[in-house]
Amino acid sequence: MAKEKPVKNNRNLLAFEQPLQAVYQKLEQLREIQESGKMDMSAEIKQTEKRIEALRQQLFANLNPIQVVQVARHLMRPTTLDYISLMFTDWVELHGDRNFADDPAMVCGTARLDGRSVVVIGQQKGHSTKENIARNFGTAHPEGYRKALRVMRLAERYGKPIISLVDTPGAYPGIGAEERGQAEAIAKNLREMAELTVPFVSVITGEGGSGGALGIAMGNRVLMLEFSIYSVISPEGCASILFRDAKRANEAAVAMKITAKDMLELGVIEDIIKEPLGGAHNDHQLAARNVKQAIVKHLNPLLPLSHRELIADRYNKFRKLGIFNE
Amino acid sequence: MKSIIIASDLSIHDWFKKKKLQRETEYTREKLDIPGNLWVKCYKCAQTLYSKELEANLKVCPKCGYHFKLTSAERIKQLTNGSPFQEIAANLTSKDFLGFTDTKPYAKRIDESIMKTSHKDAIVVGLTRIGEHDVALGAMDFAFMGGSVGSVVGEKIARLIEAAVEKKLPVIIFSSSGGMRMQESIMSLMQMAKSSAALGRLRENGLPYIAVCTDPTTGGTTASFAMLGDINISEPGALICFAGPRVIEQTIKQKLPPGFQRSEFLLAHGMLDIVVERKKLKETLINLLNFFKN
Repeated sequence: MAKEKPVKNNRNLLAFEQPLQAVYQKLEQLREIQESGKMDMSAEIKQTEKRIEALRQQLFANLNPIQVVQVARHLMRPTTLDYISLMFTDWVELHGDRNFADDPAMVCGTARLDGRSVVVIGQQKGHSTKENIARNFGTAHPEGYRKALRVMRLAERYGKPIISLVDTPGAYPGIGAEERGQAEAIAKNLREMAELTVPFVSVITGEGGSGGALGIAMGNRVLMLEFSIYSVISPEGCASILFRDAKRANEAAVAMKITAKDMLELGVIEDIIKEPLGGAHNDHQLAARNVKQAIVKHLNPLLPLSHRELIADRYNKFRKLGIFNE
Repeated sequence: MKSIIIASDLSIHDWFKKKKLQRETEYTREKLDIPGNLWVKCYKCAQTLYSKELEANLKVCPKCGYHFKLTSAERIKQLTNGSPFQEIAANLTSKDFLGFTDTKPYAKRIDESIMKTSHKDAIVVGLTRIGEHDVALGAMDFAFMGGSVGSVVGEKIARLIEAAVEKKLPVIIFSSSGGMRMQESIMSLMQMAKSSAALGRLRENGLPYIAVCTDPTTGGTTASFAMLGDINISEPGALICFAGPRVIEQTIKQKLPPGFQRSEFLLAHGMLDIVVERKKLKETLINLLNFFKN
């Protein structure tokens, strides 16, 4: 059970998964006995593994929004580069916005999806503090958004579909980012994405954090993983502004309706991608297989569309979003 | 005066309700902005100003040049000199479709803002004339829930732009907004996509867009329609940013330099074409509209 390995590490169990802790400990003890060769524990091991699975199924059957946020932010959740290595072949990463810098929080490149040339863009988080610092926790600067636009334009020039993998707490709020026009960079991406003449599928894989997420997420189809989130502001930010207390983030997470199910109901996304039991971090391979399957499913019907049809399709998708009285 | 005209439309009961609300609102400072108060204190230099004099000066402090916030009605009046304003989508109102409650229910906030501002939401859009030019004009009201952008604002902007495409008109939008309306959660974020896509369509049709950022223009508003002008204009001293100063200070744990994220800072960093004083604004717009026309 190689796939269970990362979970043995306590830090990978989320707070609401604590009931699993004791069962895992028991499993480890049983395995030790088994390995020592003193007794045959295989039946007990199998039973305990079943118990873990059942318990996990129970825990994940009805996650509340706060728990979903925790899964979406899990340190071991597959990152954009994880997905890229598992879903595509012939990956060539392309760097730089040709203006100022290369932003390591945004990765872009060319790849093949079942033999078809595509362009892939996405924010990159890390699996450790060190990696996260190198990737700026997946919060891109303006040069990240400009690099993404440059590579999307490249795809357009050569008629290649675009896949964006979205996972960011938001665009970086800092002095340099403001000086170099974070707002302008995102705004321009929004306008230009609407006009792209190639098929474009976006997948929210983890955190869909506000404008920083939307800045690469205007696909003809937008999909979300089961335990990913999409929101206009982080639950913590919403709590500190509207509830006047950052500690009320849980309430804000519930009030804001940020889960994939909510997005499907509101018409913001087209499909939800099932995650492996216990979340995508428990089985990167299976998660990537599901994501790839969903991308292919939603990309295929877009391929025969003309430039005009693709633009009209995307325009109509976003044009109809909004609920008001008239 | 405007407030008196409104009062005459209300029953005594409503009048008291409105008075009570005015007392309760967080924007008591803004109340000083309403003409009808005889004396107004300048927020910047603290000079006491005679409100008629202030209004004659386009609501710019004659002593220090501070630009007071304008309501959409004041803005439109200053630019159009009484040309008819054919409002678009005037009846749209916000809906609390998530049943969102923070310290107050969203539905109550909407009602209070309508009572307080006499506007239905945070933007007024329509077709009018500036000088000799027919234009599609939008002006935001910061007093309406901090000029926050929800479904109504996004929809009105999209309809304004679509009307401009149909009638082949240039678009001018005056932004004044704290960002997206959190009470509408993801749907407010989607208005960034919607308004920007509409501006893309305007551009494809070869029609100009002049974006005017007024104090303050922040968050998702800046990261969508407010920064997408063929020409980006601002009034002096306006706060224009993506992330607000407080958010940045919390992130970097440092005090920000004075003037950071003000119009002049953005001009210096290449994000704005011009910073124009209010008294020169109309003239500048006409100049630019002439350029686009001929």
